[in-house]
Amino acid sequence: MENQWFTISVYSENNVGLLNRISGIFLKRHINIESLNVSKSEIDDVSKFTIVAHTTEKWVHNIVGQIEKQIEVIKAYYHTDDETIYQESALFKIASGLLFDERQIQNIIKDNNAQIVTVSRDFFVIAKSGRRNEIEEMYDQLKPYGIMQFVRSGRISVTKDEMKISAILKEF
Amino acid sequence: METVKEKKKGTDSKKTIQISGAEALIHCLLAEGVETMYGYPGGAIMPVYDELYKFQDKLTHILTRHEQGATHAAQGYARVSGKVGVAIATSGPGATNLVTGLADAQIDSTPMVCITGQVTRQLLGTDAFQETDIIGISTPVTKWNYQITEASEIPEVMAKAFYIAKSGRPGPVLIDITKNAQIDKFDFSYEKCTAVRSYKPVPKPDATAIQAAADLINNAKKPFIVWGQGVILGQAEAELKELVEKTGIPAAWTIMGASALDTSHPLNVGMVGMHGNYGPNVLTNECDLLIAIGMRFDDRVTGNLDFYAKQAKVIHFEIDPAEINKNVHADVAVLGNSKDTLGLVLPLLNKNKHESWHNLFKEKYKIEFDTIIKNDIHPTKGGLTMGEVIEEINLASNNKAVIVSDVGQHQMIACRYAKFSQSKSNITSGGLGTMGFALPAAIGAKMGAMDREVVAIIGDGGYQMTIQELGVIFQHRVPVKIVVLNNEHLGMVRQWQELFFEKRYASTVMVNPDFVKIAEGYSIEAKRISERKDLKSTIQKMMASKEPYFLEVKVQQEDNVFPMIPSGASVSDVRLK
Repeated sequence: MENQWFTISVYSENNVGLLNRISGIFLKRHINIESLNVSKSEIDDVSKFTIVAHTTEKWVHNIVGQIEKQIEVIKAYYHTDDETIYQESALFKIASGLLFDERQIQNIIKDNNAQIVTVSRDFFVIAKSGRRNEIEEMYDQLKPYGIMQFVRSGRISVTKDEMKISAILKEF
Repeated sequence: METVKEKKKGTDSKKTIQISGAEALIHCLLAEGVETMYGYPGGAIMPVYDELYKFQDKLTHILTRHEQGATHAAQGYARVSGKVGVAIATSGPGATNLVTGLADAQIDSTPMVCITGQVTRQLLGTDAFQETDIIGISTPVTKWNYQITEASEIPEVMAKAFYIAKSGRPGPVLIDITKNAQIDKFDFSYEKCTAVRSYKPVPKPDATAIQAAADLINNAKKPFIVWGQGVILGQAEAELKELVEKTGIPAAWTIMGASALDTSHPLNVGMVGMHGNYGPNVLTNECDLLIAIGMRFDDRVTGNLDFYAKQAKVIHFEIDPAEINKNVHADVAVLGNSKDTLGLVLPLLNKNKHESWHNLFKEKYKIEFDTIIKNDIHPTKGGLTMGEVIEEINLASNNKAVIVSDVGQHQMIACRYAKFSQSKSNITSGGLGTMGFALPAAIGAKMGAMDREVVAIIGDGGYQMTIQELGVIFQHRVPVKIVVLNNEHLGMVRQWQELFFEKRYASTVMVNPDFVKIAEGYSIEAKRISERKDLKSTIQKMMASKEPYFLEVKVQQEDNVFPMIPSGASVSDVRLK
């Protein structure tokens, strides 16, 4: 079986220590977490972990089984990229002078559908959401001008199919 | 507790009392039916011990000589009684000493609640004296764990701990309680936990899967049952017996499933796995239907998965959805408690016999008997064998003893040759293979089943890993029978060195002390034998004793356990020599 990208979605209670429990399942199997995002979900009091891993379907099946077994986990799913709508967000901090000296930067912002979040005397910040490759393309374009700081978030995703968490919650 | 449980007349509100967290903890334990617990005191758990002192007429605390001993004793207690075992320790090293027992209980699905003291809340994260992050440390080896930092959390969390430990697929739970939470007072009331949102302990059996399983069983020509501890944990012994008798299907067991069906039952064809019986291993690769019940296809059972039962359809009766397709693909997965699922499938099954198929098992057994078993249990020359000691214990106990084994050659021999006539009789560290398990586990097993004879079978290596628990036997006169099968080696490692490392016996020769003198130091009647003529009479004397008894048997030093599936080989390639 070949390695591929999987997005694991975990609906859970919001409890101290659960992240440790979930990350430990990857650790035990020597599988790296490529990205991780924790947020509220569409249901009040229910958290959602979005975890991206590059592994085989056999292992992702095993991992999701073990995650779902944790007491505070309501339901866990795994999906391939085709089955989800997914994005990441990035922030670029650039020296303010460049915005005026290098006209090309404004074009890069426009062409990439990015936004200027803030401008101050010393620096300005560009926000860009999109697929990993889109953010990386923009990174490559800005790199020659000098990037003071860069950060990219973990993947967030929603599935094309329904997840039916509310129905599952009613069963407990 | 009665007063606490009472409701105020004329109102629906529960009566509460102002008590300390430590006292509340004791009330929780009593409400959960705990009678005996094992532990070791220390600074961060002292308020709880102070309450244990006050409640000693209601709750027995056994002071083990090491916290690891407390966990194994709690495990032994749980495994014979089906109740939740309880162990308690202080923070820091007290807590870390529980880790081996937690890991053992996790992999062998043993219900256990461990309670640890923790530094006071204000000191958390300051590297205080005896502070350790036991929640972080124990996370991978617990079914659930939780740190209590406020007294008022105690009732709800303890109720949840017991519910989680024993429901569904059982397992260990660790509750860490900061010292301030033990001392602070609050309004106590207790309610048992019956459900936790997000936790579904037992999946509902699916009628389609039940029917599909029944169809496969009814149509199979060479069906084969392999059952595991799920039958014992699910209390499905009667259903298993009815299943094999109605369908005539030969049935074998994993080490953890031993004793669920009488060893003398004609359709009980023995143990599967690395040192299991010849027939069940070889014929796994000849059956057309493998019916797995409450077992998890451990690598010690399956050998190389690429060559495991590839020709067979597989039905997997299992309570834990995460076990389905984990190691072996299931054509039909029947989820649920084994008692319920077997109960549902039974009425759909045709009465049947599989005589010629069953005869193959008998033929293989004859080969195994002639080449291995005869010499193991009825040797006529050479030094004493481990097998003949087990056989004498069978005879002297009328197959009724609880056999608690440690880990290694003696464990394999004990599990191969011990005869069982009732369930929950084989207590051993199956999944983790924890040397040092048997002595404390035997203490717990005896306390969990006082009406039963408990015999610990231990090697000279493992015995010295928890030998200090002789102190518990001495102090409480726990009438366990301790049999050390002394081959002056770490026998199983030595066997591998002989077979796979050209006899380079690195660190496997044991230089042992005088075990008889040590036992006598604890006022335990002790005897050493090395000759065949003394075996029967000594074992009879030991089994007749009402007191604790220590017996050291000097056995052949370089004996090997066969059959054996070498690591990474197929079950078909089981070696007879």
